[in-house]
Amino acid sequence: MAILKTEQLTYTYSPGSPFEKTAVDHVDIEINKGEMIGVMGHTGSGKSTLIQHFNGLLRPTSGKVFLDGEDIWADKKKIRDVRFRVGLVFQYPEYQIFEETVFKDIAFGPKNMGLDEADIKKRVTETAYDIGLTEEMLSRSPFGLSGGQKRRVAIAGVMAMQPEVLILDEPAAGLDPAGRDAILSYIRKYHEKTGNTTLIVSHSMEDIASFADRILVMNSGKIFCFDETKKVFARSEEISQIGLDVPQITKVFDILKRKGIDLGREVYTVGYARDLILDVLKSKGGIG
Amino acid sequence: MLRDITLGQYFPGKSIIHKLDPRTKIILTILLIVMLFTGDKLICLGIGAAYTLMAVLLSRIPVKMFVKSVKPILPFLIITAAFNIFIIDKGDVLFHWKAIKITTGGINVSVFMIIRIVLLVAGSSLLTYTASPITITDAIEKLLSPLKKLHFPVHELAMMMSIALRFIPTLIEETDKIISAQKARGASIDSGTLRERAGNLISVIVPLFVSSFRRADELATAMECRCYNGGEGRTRLRQLRTSACDYIAAAVTVMFLAAVIAADKML
Repeated sequence: MAILKTEQLTYTYSPGSPFEKTAVDHVDIEINKGEMIGVMGHTGSGKSTLIQHFNGLLRPTSGKVFLDGEDIWADKKKIRDVRFRVGLVFQYPEYQIFEETVFKDIAFGPKNMGLDEADIKKRVTETAYDIGLTEEMLSRSPFGLSGGQKRRVAIAGVMAMQPEVLILDEPAAGLDPAGRDAILSYIRKYHEKTGNTTLIVSHSMEDIASFADRILVMNSGKIFCFDETKKVFARSEEISQIGLDVPQITKVFDILKRKGIDLGREVYTVGYARDLILDVLKSKGGIG
Repeated sequence: MLRDITLGQYFPGKSIIHKLDPRTKIILTILLIVMLFTGDKLICLGIGAAYTLMAVLLSRIPVKMFVKSVKPILPFLIITAAFNIFIIDKGDVLFHWKAIKITTGGINVSVFMIIRIVLLVAGSSLLTYTASPITITDAIEKLLSPLKKLHFPVHELAMMMSIALRFIPTLIEETDKIISAQKARGASIDSGTLRERAGNLISVIVPLFVSSFRRADELATAMECRCYNGGEGRTRLRQLRTSACDYIAAAVTVMFLAAVIAADKML
């Protein structure tokens, strides 16, 4: 059963003006419950516009969005509930922090849901733990935290609403490598723990290659491809052509292939590459 | 939502009016205001109207843009007209009921006032339509430069104006983003009761302030890194130059103004 589905979804900015631009063009997607999806696309490919339709922040110019089989715009008054069920973390979410304490900021979403104090407290502490914030930080002012910690507070603010679908727009952008790995692994753990549906938007394949079940590649408002991760990487050359970066290890194997050393399979993680090379060497009786 | 607001109404173009030095345009706009408010004879207003119309046509900016610029002051126009109609007691009485009295004199004045204000707004919009905010700031700095002798911080004022203008679009974009982010967390900003909305506004204003301070800090550092230390000895990228056009425009304007004054005194 698809949890999220779009039908001929189209969105046009400033229709009828000279600045008219169709950012999302007749897109049909189905996302299944519990999937981890990577969304990729160049700047201006329409990926950010697309995800803002999933929780009803943008209303399609034409076409429909279904959440759990129901058209989210069927009843305009219920759009707020859709936003609780589909949590969206924007790019650089730390700029949305406003409360005096970390606790209060994470509690903003749950409070808007109308939950009672005890429930809010439970959710906030749980989520903080899940994203690697210490108990002691909860009573501190978020503005005194480091960039990476602020980012986690902001992500926790959306996670605490316990949405069925969690969408993160470039969650690792602008962080140092250690911070990036930490954020991504917390998101992954959270996904494994709760079994929710997660969409991660990124322009870097490196970030999502290792754990996305499927990858959606957008190009100029249309679906370029939407397939299992390894099938997407099988088209690494085409993907490079639309201006996206493929993982470094894939590039290495592409070059090897061009040089006549075809290892026959799509490689996009270093661990897999290692195993593959070891296998080949073993079969040739080199080492092992 | 916020993106729909037209700010910085500059309309790029290549007309004669666009080519005028912004300093000339500011001075001519002031002269236009003087022209419109000199004399209360119909002929004076007619000359002023002819002048404004000529400038509008020369600028080649669609007339509907001027209609748009007049729209926001409609309530103000109506109030002004109403005051004049009911308060001025001059000429023949057309309508009398208890304390309310409408006279031909009152109607005259209010019609005059409406036309004057409309022309005034159209004429001054011409300035912002044909000169970009940055060139206007430059021009203001130049025009006010004599005040430097009185230790008035002209350069600083102009710099503040240009920075403010530069950041309006950025802040609009930022506000849009923050609103979306808070809506995603269930804040009711464009729906819900007034109380809810007012409360949720804090969730937009605080981040906006925080990011404005951050930007100000970054900008100050960037300026310092480039050795900015005020207007002393600073040269400009865009030099303001007057050309023959400016003198012709000034001469034409002065002639119109003279005609208005002459008409007022002699006829």
